[in-house]
Amino acid sequence: MKKIIVVLLVSLVGFVAQAQEKKNKNAKHDIAVKGNCEMCKKRIEKAAYGVPGVKSAIWTADSQSLHVIMNEEKATPLQLQESIAKAGHDAGEVKASADAYGKLHSCCQYER
Amino acid sequence: MHKNFMFFLLLFVNFITAQENVTGTITDEHNLPVIGASVTWKDTTIGVTTDENGTFSLPYSKENHLLVISYVGYETQTLEIHEPKAVKINIKPSKTLGEVVVQTKRNSLQKSYVKTANVVTMSSKELLKAACCNLSESFETNPSIDVNFSDAISGSKQIKMLGLTSPYILIAEENIPSVRGASQAYGLSFTPGTWVESIQVTKGAGSVVNGYESISGQINTELIKPANDIPFFLNAYGSTDSRYELNTHFNKKISDKWSSSLFLHGNARVAKNDMNNDGFLDNPLGKQINVLNRWQYSDAEKGWVSFINLRYMRDEKQTGQVDFDPDRDKFTNNYWGSEINTDKVDLSTKIGYVFPDMPYQSIGFQNSFNYHKQESYFGFNQYNIQQNSFYSNLIFNSIISNTLNKFSTGLNFTSDDYNEYVFVGSGMDVSRRDNSIGAFFEYTYDNTDNFSLVAGARYDIHNRLGAFFTPRLHLRYNPWEKAVFRASAGRGKRSANIFAENQQLFATSRAFNILNTGGKIYGLDPEIAWNYGVSFMQGFSLFGRTAEVSVDFYRTDFENQAVVDLYASPQQVLFYNLDGKSYANSLQLEFNYEFFKHLNLRTAYKYYDIQTDYLSGAKERPLQAKHRVFANLAFETHIKEKGQQWKFDFTYNWMGAQRLPNTADNALLRDRLPDYSPSFSVMNAQITRTFSSTFEVYVGGENIGNYKQKKAILGAENPFGPSFDSSIIYAPVFGQMYYAGLRFKIK
Repeated sequence: MKKIIVVLLVSLVGFVAQAQEKKNKNAKHDIAVKGNCEMCKKRIEKAAYGVPGVKSAIWTADSQSLHVIMNEEKATPLQLQESIAKAGHDAGEVKASADAYGKLHSCCQYER
Repeated sequence: MHKNFMFFLLLFVNFITAQENVTGTITDEHNLPVIGASVTWKDTTIGVTTDENGTFSLPYSKENHLLVISYVGYETQTLEIHEPKAVKINIKPSKTLGEVVVQTKRNSLQKSYVKTANVVTMSSKELLKAACCNLSESFETNPSIDVNFSDAISGSKQIKMLGLTSPYILIAEENIPSVRGASQAYGLSFTPGTWVESIQVTKGAGSVVNGYESISGQINTELIKPANDIPFFLNAYGSTDSRYELNTHFNKKISDKWSSSLFLHGNARVAKNDMNNDGFLDNPLGKQINVLNRWQYSDAEKGWVSFINLRYMRDEKQTGQVDFDPDRDKFTNNYWGSEINTDKVDLSTKIGYVFPDMPYQSIGFQNSFNYHKQESYFGFNQYNIQQNSFYSNLIFNSIISNTLNKFSTGLNFTSDDYNEYVFVGSGMDVSRRDNSIGAFFEYTYDNTDNFSLVAGARYDIHNRLGAFFTPRLHLRYNPWEKAVFRASAGRGKRSANIFAENQQLFATSRAFNILNTGGKIYGLDPEIAWNYGVSFMQGFSLFGRTAEVSVDFYRTDFENQAVVDLYASPQQVLFYNLDGKSYANSLQLEFNYEFFKHLNLRTAYKYYDIQTDYLSGAKERPLQAKHRVFANLAFETHIKEKGQQWKFDFTYNWMGAQRLPNTADNALLRDRLPDYSPSFSVMNAQITRTFSSTFEVYVGGENIGNYKQKKAILGAENPFGPSFDSSIIYAPVFGQMYYAGLRFKIK
């Protein structure tokens, strides 16, 4: 009897632990993204919305950061950063390639 | 998370570097050094200005990482700095100085380039331009809304949008329909202007969220929120037509979550005015007590917000012949007189919940109960109406995959119990009960750039209107910079409360005849109309100052209408279902210009083509000018350090000829009016002197040109005779009027 309870308990704990590992569907992230103006804002947000699972993306010039809510089951924050960098804006740890940066409009060529 | 990361990064950077300062050079568009530019850490007082070589040196600290560079006439730049280093910064001139001014100053009448619907937001500052005194008088400086002249009997001004009267506009208070049913005629005068925080005016088909009734537009009023209110506000007003108003507001923050406001309003007109010597008062004697107690609960962390409003109003009006004494002369033919007494009790609650981990998802639940009782007589005619209403709306907002695709959906329930008694020649009980339940869904797409769309539909089941769909669509497209193109289409359906909406006709000797008997609303069928509209707005720079030009065209097509026919005979008003066509076309051209800083001009030309097939043939809707011109000039001085300021405001309105109801069959020549009214203009002006941020006084004049309608009341010589009619008002009855008032605040 005791053994059964222990087994049940263990499996329950295991289940709970597994549930906690489940990826967050409404994960919030603040990612440092460089940019200057309204035009940058549109490009950055557009790039973010292009990533599957991104539900909300708001970038402000003042904070130089992108506030996102995303479903991590569909994409990782790193994938998001890569996609923004691809659009020309340094995002978190991912830097934009010189090529992508060069393609930006002059008003968006942030200090790097 | 982000902050921790940054902190570690900064810490790390600090270890490997010995340099302590951020240094740099600032150059302008010609790569010349900029002298005296300010360089500061954001949100701190740590800053320096550049020297004659355009260079600066600023101590680095790990708490700050945003460096702000500003210089007069140049765009302010913000740089992210994570280590002490040397930087080279090139600053760009602001496009024009004028643009910077517009961005920093909030216009009191805001048209949006990004909203999907054609919405104008009027701030409380705009409302101050018309110093007196309630919602019906708040639109004098807004070209989208035409304010009619108050008739001598009710003294209240009626509004029109796209050439259609207020019953075709959905008028809501904090998104709960407020001026409807029994309150249609005077409802706008039951909200004092000082209570209002802002007004949103939407032209054309509105949103489906608030109901199916709107046809020509929506007006939503937001009242001052207790959480943002100031502890005390006082406004006193007096005018040469002997109208006095007093408004006091009290506000208390009870806890960090609860706050409450108490608004007290009283107004009175105590003296009898008869400027045109026709033996009738030009505006009614009256008094009003209006009390609103409002509670707000907000818990931003958990995402809850709630409002509870409790309101009581009593309004009394007396008018008619100057010598009329109600106690002595009521229901006699000694003198003609009228009294209108209204009691109103409103209770409304609102609960909103925003999901803390999903800020784009929310639930709102609104409930409102209204009691409205009007008892009135006009000579021997009587009109009593009591309306008990209950309104409930449950709204759920969320997204489809991301915030580019939003939706609102919900259910609503409305119940109106009308107890209505009409006496014109003989008595008639026309009481009824209306119930409806409906569901709506509205989808919004916004690409965050140059295109958005709102598509909505609702399905309602109504005991009199039947079961029906209401579709609405709005589009917005920005083809290039500072330009916006909009289109909208939608359907509206409503019951015409023919007596409540045409109350001015009780003050005539007309007989009321309803020609149909088969319909469910006083024998008439529901009114159904489609509204289509397009608009285009372009902002540009003219002589270096901001200018804006816009044009919009709307068409309302009635499938059915409760036609009010004043053409058949001067002794009758006929109500019948539309047989044929009825439409309203409206074209508006607007040009706004900022001559120089603080001097703004707003102009508009409006063209209306409104026709209905009456029994006697297709005719223009009466009392509607085909052409109107509007201009408003506003100037204000710079606000000095203690808040001192002068404000000047001037409004000009020109009105073309208006078709008048048929009076040709009246027996006496003096009781006959021409087919068209003369054209005329009206001017208003106001000066406000602000002495400090807490005290200001204002003086102003209305109808400065002293234009008066020649014959305001037909048959005034014989008010119990067959040609008596006080409802044909096309121009001001009262001549020039001057007023003064003060506002005092404790912040």
